[in-house]
Amino acid sequence: MSFKNTFLNGADGKFKPDTLTQMQKIVLRFVVVGLVFYGFALIEGMIMRIYEIEPIPFINTNQFFAILTAHPLVGIFGSTYALVFGAFLFLTPYLMKKPLYSVKYANRSLILLTLGTFLFWFAGFVSHYAPLYTLYWPLPADFTQFSVWGGTFFIVGIAIVMLGTVFFIINIFKTIVYTPKGWEKQPAAALFGSAIGYTGLKNTLAKKENKKEHLVPLPVAAIARGTVDMVLNTVIILFTGVLILVFMVGHILGFDLKETAIDALLYKNWFWWGLDLIADGLVLIFVAGTWYLLATMISGKKLFMQNIARAALLLELVVSWTVWSHHLLSDQSQPAILKVVSGELVTAFELITQGLAFFITLATLWAARPLKMTNPLKFLLGGLLGFALAVPAGIMQADVGLNRILHNTQWIVGPHVHVAVLVGLTMTLYAAVYILFPVVTNGAKLYSQKLANIHFWGHLIGGIGMGAFMGMAGLKGMLRRTLYVDGEFNVYMILAALAGTLLLISFLAFFINIVMSVGLKGVIGIFTRSKLDTKELLAE
Amino acid sequence: MVDSNLVLWGQTIAYTFYCIVIILLMAWFGYKITKSGKSNKVSAGLFYSFVLFLTVLGVSLHIITYNTIPWTPVDLNRGDYTPDKTFEITVANHEFTLPDEKLLIDCDDLVLFDVTSKDLTYGFGVFRQDNSMVFQMQVVPGHRNDILWKFEKPGIYTIRSTEYSGPRGIFMILKDAVEVLPCEGS
Repeated sequence: MSFKNTFLNGADGKFKPDTLTQMQKIVLRFVVVGLVFYGFALIEGMIMRIYEIEPIPFINTNQFFAILTAHPLVGIFGSTYALVFGAFLFLTPYLMKKPLYSVKYANRSLILLTLGTFLFWFAGFVSHYAPLYTLYWPLPADFTQFSVWGGTFFIVGIAIVMLGTVFFIINIFKTIVYTPKGWEKQPAAALFGSAIGYTGLKNTLAKKENKKEHLVPLPVAAIARGTVDMVLNTVIILFTGVLILVFMVGHILGFDLKETAIDALLYKNWFWWGLDLIADGLVLIFVAGTWYLLATMISGKKLFMQNIARAALLLELVVSWTVWSHHLLSDQSQPAILKVVSGELVTAFELITQGLAFFITLATLWAARPLKMTNPLKFLLGGLLGFALAVPAGIMQADVGLNRILHNTQWIVGPHVHVAVLVGLTMTLYAAVYILFPVVTNGAKLYSQKLANIHFWGHLIGGIGMGAFMGMAGLKGMLRRTLYVDGEFNVYMILAALAGTLLLISFLAFFINIVMSVGLKGVIGIFTRSKLDTKELLAE
Repeated sequence: MVDSNLVLWGQTIAYTFYCIVIILLMAWFGYKITKSGKSNKVSAGLFYSFVLFLTVLGVSLHIITYNTIPWTPVDLNRGDYTPDKTFEITVANHEFTLPDEKLLIDCDDLVLFDVTSKDLTYGFGVFRQDNSMVFQMQVVPGHRNDILWKFEKPGIYTIRSTEYSGPRGIFMILKDAVEVLPCEGS
């Protein structure tokens, strides 16, 4: 096939959007949205990398901090949430062997997520609203620095994303427990118990003859448990958004409400409790579930230590509710007992829960030797390595003594955050994308294995390299969330920018590969209405 | 004497060593998994030993740091110590206000920095001439923010906000604001 023909019709013309069900199209739309916003976050990241070396003339400082504010939120909500929503809205019914509860809700999630992300990004871009994702009180209501209108639209955008999340949550739980039309009545309570890990916990403690069958596959149990954390953090983010909006609306109407009415430390505890339900909660649980799914799909074997894995997911859920205080180890008014128990010891438990998931995944793969080094397998190994590097870095900074000299340095955001998100989480998601690609496209052919290899090595080396150089700067005292205008840390920042460029190249390789695989007509076809009148996931 | 530079040096060595080991381990695993082997079974004993190892590692890290990093027990039990000198510092409208133009500290003094914010959340960090950090803490409005510190080396240090407080916060730097005097006879 000529290049032009492949560009228009996809590799070997194998992708036929007309053969896709409604659900396949929704999943692919989520993927497209997720990748577009990943591109946003990547370009923003590169702008910041360059700015940390030398300020860019047409971007002023306020714009830089607006980018710094939008960057993680676009990455988390616009990209990761989109990819996760798409994958899990497909996998939950796929593994439960029944239709999704509501296609309408899935569409609403997609539209609200896309609109909300674009709105808060655009509000920040235009108005330079930049209280950072941390929103430490009373910064989000500091109207001497920020536009109240910009802030209002920014917060409304976040609230719209949360509304989309609510539809996702309802859809996931309903899909697990509901009885499809014409089916025999499903045991909703037992299904729910299995999904949240109650059965797994009972089986771990029970004698062999009393062990009960798991009604819900393990990856679905992980999805359900991560979604429990999503319920809680959605409530908290919505509540926080409404609180900030009250101050904004008051200001617009000419009433300046008293900022000190809200206790800044209590707010910080509340906020981090909610945010850690994402960072130390659902992300880790979803990732563990995805590892288990990938390991069983790649190996064709049963998961090693399945009951322990289920019980560990439940334990991780409890850990995620009690772990937040490691963000407040440098807050001197935070009670010492919270610093030690929640901040240090509970956080150290993540070493165990994540280490356990790491071991179980590797042991499951090992049982199937020899395996072919496919794209899903190599990206899965990359994801495992990412967390193996990032989790211990996090445990180190979650120490009262070390936090005194690491807090808010580039160490936190480099070896811990970026390696966890870019290498650990994103490579796991890419593994899922590569393994599900033939399923959701009805067997479309990947255009180029060479581009897939560039994607893998560029992402792995770029992600680890960027995190490492940021970490080295952090150990030398470089702070995050600020600017160094005299080139104090330029050696590290130039190296980090070069590593970031590798990430950009690898993403371009992936993007071109996907577009050439499905073709331009295929991309357009994803967004047209499905001609198949079925609620089933795949065409008969 | 143990100062923050030495602690960071130790951390760098330990973490770099760990990174090399885990990367090599994953590379080895990636290679071996494509080959046939004698036994594909992983024993439950190995699994439980690994979990036990992680438990010991997670807890012992904090025990070790508590007993080797000098400021950790001081920080957690600040009420039990009497400072040799106290500096009361206020922050408002993105500016630090110090009790003196330069904070002079005698050799071996245990110093209390008591920082109050009148508006936003800020950070309070002390840095060496080479920009490396000596220590930092958060400065939260409406709460007491105090830290006890004993400087291990004489020298001139810079104060800088270590928390984002809006774009204006990047200028919150007081160069050479702290001077620790050398010990007599040294």
